[in-house]
Formats: sequence, structure tokens, C-alpha cells
Amino acid sequence: MSWQTVLGFEVHIELATRSKMFCGCPADHFGKTPNSQTCPVCLGLPGALPVPNVRAVEWCIKLGLALNCQINRFSKFDRKNYFYPDLPKGYQISQYDQPFGHSGHLFLSSGKKIRITRVHLEEDTGKLQHAVVEGKKVSLIDFNRSGVPLVEIVTEPDFTDSSQSDEFLKEIQNIVRALDISRADMEKGSMRLEANISVMPAGQTNLPPYKVEVKNVNSFRFIKKAVDFEISRHIKLLESGKTPKQETRGYSESLGGTVSQRSKEEAHDYRYFPEPDIPPMTFTNSQINKWLQELPPLPEQIRSELISNFTLSSANAAIIASNQQMYNIFTQAVSDPEFSPKAIADVLINKRYGPVLPKTGNDLIKYLKSLNQTSISDSSQITEAVKKIISANPRAIADIKSGKQQALFYLIGLIKRDLGNVDISLVKKILIEQIL
Amino acid sequence: MNRNLHSFSISEAREGLKSGKFSSRELLKSCLDRIMQLDTKIHAFVSLNEKALDEADSVDINKPLGGIPIAIKDNFLTHNIRTTASSKVLDTYIPQYDSTVVKNLKNAGAVIIGKTNMDSWAHGSSTETSDYGPTLNPWNTRHLPGGSSGGSAAAVAADMCLAAIGSETAGSVRQPSAWCSVTGFKPTYGRVSRYGVIAMASSTDSPGPITKNVEDAALITGVIAGKDPFDATTSSQPVPNLLIPKKIKQTGLRIGLPKEYLEVLEPASRQVILNAAKKMEDLGHRIIEISLIHPKYSIGVYTIVQRSEVSSNLSRYDGIRYGNNRSFFNQEAKRRIMLGTFALSSGYYDHYYAKAQKVRTLIMRDFEKAFSRVDLIIDPPSPGPALKVGASLNAPMFGEMQDILVEPSSISGLPGISVPGGFIDQLPLGFGLIGPQFHEDRILEAALQYQSATNWHEQKPIL
Ligand SMILES: [Zn+2]
Repeated sequence: MSWQTVLGFEVHIELATRSKMFCGCPADHFGKTPNSQTCPVCLGLPGALPVPNVRAVEWCIKLGLALNCQINRFSKFDRKNYFYPDLPKGYQISQYDQPFGHSGHLFLSSGKKIRITRVHLEEDTGKLQHAVVEGKKVSLIDFNRSGVPLVEIVTEPDFTDSSQSDEFLKEIQNIVRALDISRADMEKGSMRLEANISVMPAGQTNLPPYKVEVKNVNSFRFIKKAVDFEISRHIKLLESGKTPKQETRGYSESLGGTVSQRSKEEAHDYRYFPEPDIPPMTFTNSQINKWLQELPPLPEQIRSELISNFTLSSANAAIIASNQQMYNIFTQAVSDPEFSPKAIADVLINKRYGPVLPKTGNDLIKYLKSLNQTSISDSSQITEAVKKIISANPRAIADIKSGKQQALFYLIGLIKRDLGNVDISLVKKILIEQIL
Repeated sequence: MNRNLHSFSISEAREGLKSGKFSSRELLKSCLDRIMQLDTKIHAFVSLNEKALDEADSVDINKPLGGIPIAIKDNFLTHNIRTTASSKVLDTYIPQYDSTVVKNLKNAGAVIIGKTNMDSWAHGSSTETSDYGPTLNPWNTRHLPGGSSGGSAAAVAADMCLAAIGSETAGSVRQPSAWCSVTGFKPTYGRVSRYGVIAMASSTDSPGPITKNVEDAALITGVIAGKDPFDATTSSQPVPNLLIPKKIKQTGLRIGLPKEYLEVLEPASRQVILNAAKKMEDLGHRIIEISLIHPKYSIGVYTIVQRSEVSSNLSRYDGIRYGNNRSFFNQEAKRRIMLGTFALSSGYYDHYYAKAQKVRTLIMRDFEKAFSRVDLIIDPPSPGPALKVGASLNAPMFGEMQDILVEPSSISGLPGISVPGGFIDQLPLGFGLIGPQFHEDRILEAALQYQSATNWHEQKPIL
């Protein structure tokens, strides 16, 4: 029997607004002293009231527009009621039946359309830390993250394999970064993924009777692995005549697979109702159009421009389009007619200038010009440069001594930047002589 | 005869303070002595401000409320003064911040004298559901003061302070004011900030003053009203100048008398309201009989919306970060949480909450229609005078029945007032007026005209 995967995603993006969603506390919580960025509102103290951050509302709608969503002209916040210690009010302010954006889509490079169900705005929760204090096991709560604006993107279950979802999720990250509304860093938790996975006989039209949720995965690589692991696990179960359990699973790096976290997801009744502390919002067509006009060039558009204007390969165009800084350098550098766009792209993508991106397009051009000069192979000149670098980078020297090759390449890059076109093998030889 | 300072109204006290007849400390001391003398009997206060005398010494008496001792209902957060909402859940809760109303009062020079008793979490209209014991009516201590702002109304009626702050979700300012023969004013929903007020029903909670006369109510409203950046539901509509002398002399207002409301009144109370209507006619206004949606429909709407919001608003009191745990909730709070949780449950939302909101919209439209024909509407604050102590016990819908006549205007967010309107068997009764949203000025001016033509507000309970 052949099988078909039914795969959909929920993506959470923490917005990089200056202040939180409903209060004036700073939204940037990563690595801050616990509970140092709190106030009556985000602590859920008696009498505190939420005041929506208009910037976050604008950014959520712009993300919706970038994902080709319909924007509700009438929208509102709702209360999602549930009890959890990291949720200080006993409810999360979210959006229920009138999300800012709905019915959007993105096309994959294959031309496959992925439908986007909704894009809505909510507040993040606090963070639980399980620790041992004075010999006692305790749970501590850090409310720095409580109330940070969080966008939720929900897709339809349109993916049929993990490479499709991998491309889609990276594209979401690219779009968010192009809009400059979040760093969308998986490791820092400002982009979080949840996959809903099930498998059914190929050609079946009804959705399968179960669904496995995979949560708390903090890299694209791991989510892809987790999805693949799940698909084969489900197929194995189905082929032996069993139906996989409806449950929530997490990814274990050490096991290279998923593990059950909560079986039999209890049916939650969140008792949604309109948030009475925040008046409903209405948006005019001209307001929505204005925001649409303000959207920066999006990755897909940049890619097709790079391909059509500069005849880059689609692979190179994708790399440059996914990195705002690289894209800026590229567009600056191509204005110099001396070098072909392809040569500029090659140098940028293959990092031939060294480990760190040049600051500007001009710097890149300078580097390219230096390549055309005769190579420096004067060992006394190189030795002098090497000594200067060694004394300025004691940390890297220590790394090299402890066997870290990367640090060596880093120093070679620095010397190359100082001297321009230089005989690399000679630099390496002199460096090693001087250090070890 | 030398009057006691505590019996002064705000305007009288301000004159005395400014002319140096007495100091703000002496004024406060007089109120504190009165509390010491009477509060074991009345029990209007839950906590007193221990720093009040020091604060009175340093206050600037030239400010609008400079040196005036004001009592605050215990659901308003007061920085460093215990705030319980008369619930043992918050028995030891000391707020880290002031509610906007309290902040505004302090900025205007008011001295916070203490925190007044209320129905626990404002769940009631009797002030006998307080976890700290009932407040009694200064006019007759075998009777209730009304509620939920019963402590505030009793404190003003018994001259324990010059004025007090209450909050109204449906009748909680106007009904106890009527039962205690003081002036209670509920501004338009969104006119006064709810920031720092322990939420009961967020979509109707409205802070308002309880005072010895209409002028004082206007003065305090002017201080506490206005857009608050900490409350997204406050309106940016400019606050009108309240009590312009020229406008108070005007005649020819069209005043609606809703026949469905008269039906609800007990016969003796109906007579008091009709007498008041006649008085307004004598003052040169026109009384027009009108028909409104029967107030009984508001009970259902109010009960569903209020219980639903309560069930959500009280979920933060989990005892994890502050306060006691949930076992400290009393019977009434538990009943409301359960009813609200049920009403919002999946599958029931459309039957209850959504339907209630639709009816609420109809009631609002009904008022809009009425206010295209009349300028003000007579709205009796309560079906009858104060009931006896114990009347609310084992009566889960006691509040809703007592507040039936002010629930329609409350769920519609309209401003309304209750002023002393007469007595039945030595128990006071209130006369009430409501107006269109953001027309506080019109209500206060008409109420002041009524007050000037009567002397009910000058009568005091014998204590
Ligand atoms: Zn905060």
C-alpha cells in the first residue's frame, strides 16, 4: 500500500517591538535577569489593564499581507482562558474568530501552493524554570517574556513531505527578516515551530482520524528529522494494522527521533470571548493599502529580480535573497561595471574574502580589485603582518593552540584583508611557525 | 451653633481651609474621631490609612481637593494601603501602585482616609456579603446600606468622611446612595479610568463619586474623569465643564418618564418618584411619558455578561504570586465563577453570551431612540427603600432584583445619578436621572436644580 503524509504547521514569531504587547516593558527578554522586565500589567496584578501596542498590530497585519492574506477590516482581541502558572492572568489575550489575517498562501519553488489559514496576534507567556533551591525541587517563573507580542501563523495541512515544509519554514523566516519585524531566531525562541503530522492511504480524501503534534523543536534541521521520523513511525504502525496515538511529542537530539510528551491530549475548552478591556479595531481600505505599499521587497520578488536582472542561478539568488546584509552588499557592488554580477555573487557566496562579510559593496569591490593585483609573496612583509595580528588576537591564538582550525582560518582572513591579494599558503606557513 | 468639621461638604470645607478657620489636620482628625466613635456600629471601613495625618499636614490646600478627606471603596488599588475588595483572598495584599482614580485624587490634594467595605469582589447589592462582615445603614442599623459600594455610601451618610469613591457595574453607586440618602453619580462607561480597579465586569465597571451634594459630585468627577493611557477603554471625548451656573437656571428640558419602570416600583416609592417628576415640572421642564424595553430583560443580559466576565477576571487570583489561594473565595464568588464558566463553555457561548450581547445592543438602541425624543430620563435607583439585614442571604439574585431599574442604563454605559428624594417610614429613597453617553453635564445640572428645590440632602441620620 502506498501512503500519503498530511502535514501542517503552526509557526510562532516573537515580534521585535521596543515594548511588550500590552504594557511599556521592554520586549527584548533574551538573557535578561529574571523578572527584571515586569510591571502590574504583565504580572497580572489586580486592576491592571492591557493597552495594545499599535506597532505590533501594524507588523502583524504587514506579515499577513506579505503572506497574501485577506485582512479583516473589523478585528478584535479575545480571551483564551486556561490555567497555567506561566500565564499570570489565567487567560491569554489572543484572537479567535476575527484574526488580523486569513486565507493567505505561499508558493513553493516547485509551484506548489501552501494555503495559510490565519495570521493572528497574541501575547507570549512567562517561562517556567525547574530548579533545586536549598535541596528542594522547585518551579520558578520568569515573567520577562510574559506579554511579548507573538504572531501565530497557521497553515492548512498542505505539505506532503519534509522538504516542502523545510522550504516553507525557511521562507517564513526570510519574509519575517525582510519585513524586519523579528530576528526569527530558532535558538533564541523568537521563531517556534509546531508540526501536525498524520499519514493516510494515498488518494484518501478524508483526513486521518488522528494527528500527532511535534512541539518545542529549535532548529530547521531537527524539525525536518522529526517529521521524517514521525512519517516512518506512522507508516510502520499503520502497516501493522494500528492507528498511531493522538499525542504531543518532542524531538530528542540524542535519540535522533521523537518521544511522547503528553498522550491523549485532553480536550481543552478555552472559553473564548471578546476581550472587554480592549475596544474592537476597524481598518480602512486606505490604511491597509498604505501598509501594502510600505512592504519592502520580499524574498520571492528579490529572487526573481536577481535572476532576471543579473542572470544569477536560482540557487545563488536564493542564498543572496535570504540574507539582508549580503543582498545589500550585492546590490551596491553590482553598480560597479568592472565586475560581473556572477563574479560578485560567487565571491560573496563562497566567502572568498574571509570569514566575515565585508561592510559595504565598496569593500567587496576593493577586495575584488586586489585580486587582480599581483600576489604578495614577500615573506618579511607577511611576517610583519602576522606578528601584528598575533598580538592583537590572543583569544584566537589560544584557540589555535587547543587545536581549533577555524581560528586559524579566521586569522588568515584578517591578514588577507590587511594585505589584499596574498599567497595564502605562505601566510599559513608563517602563522603556524609564529604561533606554535 | 458650631458645626462639626466632619459634617461639612467639600465646598464648605474648602472655604474654611482657605480662610484658615481650620487646618487640613483638624478636618481629618474630626473625621477620624467620627470613625472611632461610630464605625464599631456602622462598619463602613475595612482599613484606615495610617499615614493620613502626616499626609494631611503636607497637602497643598489650594489644589481642587486640597486637604479633603476622601474614603475609597476597597476595590481601588491604593499604593501601600491594604486592598482586599472585601475578600479574604486578598486579606494581606498591599498594592505596589495606585489606581488612576486614586492617583488623580491625590494629585488634586485629596487625603485618602481609608478603604470602605463592599460586597466581596463587588458581588452584590447589600454589602452583607463582605468577608469582613456587613456594613449597616446609618439611618437604621437594622437595615442594609445597599451595595456593592455600601461602605462608601454609609461613610458619607454618617459624616465619617467628606466624600467617597464607589464603583458601579449595575447600580453599585446609585442604589446604596439612594438607600443612605447621599448623592451617587455614575459617569459614562469609559469616562473614568478603570486602571487599578479590581475588575468585576470589565465592560460595565464605572468608578464614580458618592457625596453630600451634587456640587461635590461634579467637583470629584472633574478630577477623576478623562482619557487614561493605561485604560484602552477610556474615551478621548473632552470632559465638559461641569456645573456652569448659567445653564443650571435653564428650563424646558424634555424629561422622559418610562412607564415600564414605574410598574416595577413599590407603590410608596412610585409616589416619591412622581413627586420628584412634579418638582422637575415646577422647575420649568417638560415630563414626557415614554416607553422603553422592559427592564426585566436586562437582568438576563446583565447576569450572563457579568458572570462570564467575572469567571475570567477572577482567574488571576490563583494564590501563586500574591494573596491567598482559591479556597478563600466565598460562596457567592464560587457561584459566579461556575455560572460564568458554564455560560462561556464550548457549545453554550452562542446560546448565552452571544445572545446576551445581541439583546444588549437592542437595549442600547432603545435608549438611543428614546434620547432622540427626550433630553433626560427618570431612572429610579431602586424599587424601594433599604431592606432589612439578612435580606440578601440565600438570595443569589438579590442584587439583580434590587438593581433591575439601573441595569438597562448600566449595560448601555449611560451616565446616571441618584440624589436624595424623600423618605418612607424614616428610610430614605433616591431620585434618579440618566442621560445620553458623555452628557454628564446635563444630568448634574438638572440634579442640582432638583436639589436646590428640595431639602432632602440636608437631612442627616441621628447617630
Ligand atoms: Zn509589563
